[in-house]
Amino acid sequence: MRFMMLMIPKGYEKAAPGAMPDAKAVAAMMKYNESLQKAGVLLALDGLHPPSVGARVSFSGGKPKVTDGPFAEAKEVLGGYWMIQVKSKDEAIEWAKRCPASDNEVIEIRQVQEMSDFPPDVQKAAAGFPELQAKSGQGRRS
Amino acid sequence: MTATDTHRAIDAVFRIESARLIAGLARIVRDVGVAEELAQDALVAALERWPAAGIPDNPGAWLMATAKHRAIDLLRRRTLLERKHEEIGRQIEARQEQTAADLDDAIEADVGDDLLRLIFTACHPVFSSEARVALTLRLLGGLTTEEIARAFLVPEPTVAQRIVRAKRTLAEARVPFEVPRGRELAARLSSVLEVLYLVFNEGYSATAGDDWMRPALCEDALRLGRILAELAPKEPEVHGLVALMEIQASRSAARVGPSGEPVLLLDQNRARWDQLLIRRGLAALERAEELGGALGPYALQAAIAACHARALTPEETNWARIVALYDALARLAPSPVVDLNRAVAVAMTSGPAAGLELVDALTSEPSLKGYHLLPSVRGDLLAKLGRFEEAGAEFERAAALTRNARERALLLERAAACRQVISRSAP
Repeated sequence: MRFMMLMIPKGYEKAAPGAMPDAKAVAAMMKYNESLQKAGVLLALDGLHPPSVGARVSFSGGKPKVTDGPFAEAKEVLGGYWMIQVKSKDEAIEWAKRCPASDNEVIEIRQVQEMSDFPPDVQKAAAGFPELQAKSGQGRRS
Repeated sequence: MTATDTHRAIDAVFRIESARLIAGLARIVRDVGVAEELAQDALVAALERWPAAGIPDNPGAWLMATAKHRAIDLLRRRTLLERKHEEIGRQIEARQEQTAADLDDAIEADVGDDLLRLIFTACHPVFSSEARVALTLRLLGGLTTEEIARAFLVPEPTVAQRIVRAKRTLAEARVPFEVPRGRELAARLSSVLEVLYLVFNEGYSATAGDDWMRPALCEDALRLGRILAELAPKEPEVHGLVALMEIQASRSAARVGPSGEPVLLLDQNRARWDQLLIRRGLAALERAEELGGALGPYALQAAIAACHARALTPEETNWARIVALYDALARLAPSPVVDLNRAVAVAMTSGPAAGLELVDALTSEPSLKGYHLLPSVRGDLLAKLGRFEEAGAEFERAAALTRNARERALLLERAAACRQVISRSAP
């Protein structure tokens, strides 16, 4: 099964544009990433720029409304993610525990939904979803 | 944390640590069988102590330290006076006097080599192929005997026996715990790759049983392949095999229909192919190509799989390139199965009659005698040529030959469809 390990750094919601972790933290994190890779469990990973250079699109009243970051109301935001393939949620937790994260960081573990997780009627309704995935950026072939 | 939670956490820790643990211990005791037992002992110790004391901050180091203590005890007890072992014991003790951090680094630095040695040992040609598979899944995949038995639909005692016997062979044949060098390396590496692909294939198209696929086995094989690619990054065929497995696994969801029936490649909903795995597969293939030299058999098969992966619709498939790749594969690793697959590709570029001619030439091939895909392909080409009578008979023959229930159902369905066309066109 696949899990996302979502990195939530407290304070990142207020981070200035261009805010970057320090080199020492990055080096420790690279070592961790390598250990995931060497164990054959890492499928993908990415870090995200702070929300101060992002935007939010909300749909209140059925109309899209764009708000530029930073977002005053946001209490916690994503800083990045790892996608891993493991045997169980316990294994995902065990990997998360090994992350050299700092005091202000939280890792949330969420299982990735597979089509087979859905009941038949939902599967049918979602039949077009993978097509969508393939046509979007995820489907880009190199 | 409840006791059950702790036990589940210990299971997870052990799944992550066991291969490194066994590999590290095997370097000390120079006996993979003993190393595995020591690792099990350490697990038992963890099960005894962790529920009360809590899981240590660095569970891997805890397990290793516990197992090493036992290893030293064992060496002392077993050999007492053998100088070589005493020396090793002293070395280990000296090492233990270093700070914990140093010890971790020392383990970390060597563990890659140890893992590689362990893989080569588990896949040693001295074992039967069943034993290689069982040992690899047990020692490197961290699977229990019960899990291996379930995956291969054999009774648990059979697997346990295989492992016990293999460990005995290991000791008797004095299989050295090392990475082969020079000319031996190529042959031994191909044995390793063969084992991984065997595991993958058993999961990808189960040879027997009610399920068409057993995805957990595919995942185990892929995980081991990815580990191997990190350990032996300069071996193009390792990347070739990983590429092949990643691309094939990308089709898992699409090749099973709503009621568990197989869906053939050209009928699959390509939108359901896993793009993440395709990207990983194409990247692995690129690594194999970048290492230079002519592509090996796995990289060639991966290149063929990549032709399909790159085609957004079946019509976009570059069949001419696929035929060329099969030509190369047939030169490199001649086999009637490759010829059969090549015939399918030729049928796509030059028409079903041209394909059938090649397939007909294979019908007298002794090694394909019980191979259900031969009549299955023949049936398909005959049906395309409108020769439904013969096609139906071929599908029935194929159905009788396969041991997989889902596949049999699909073949019988195709036979029935042929019969239907005949009865409809009858005057």
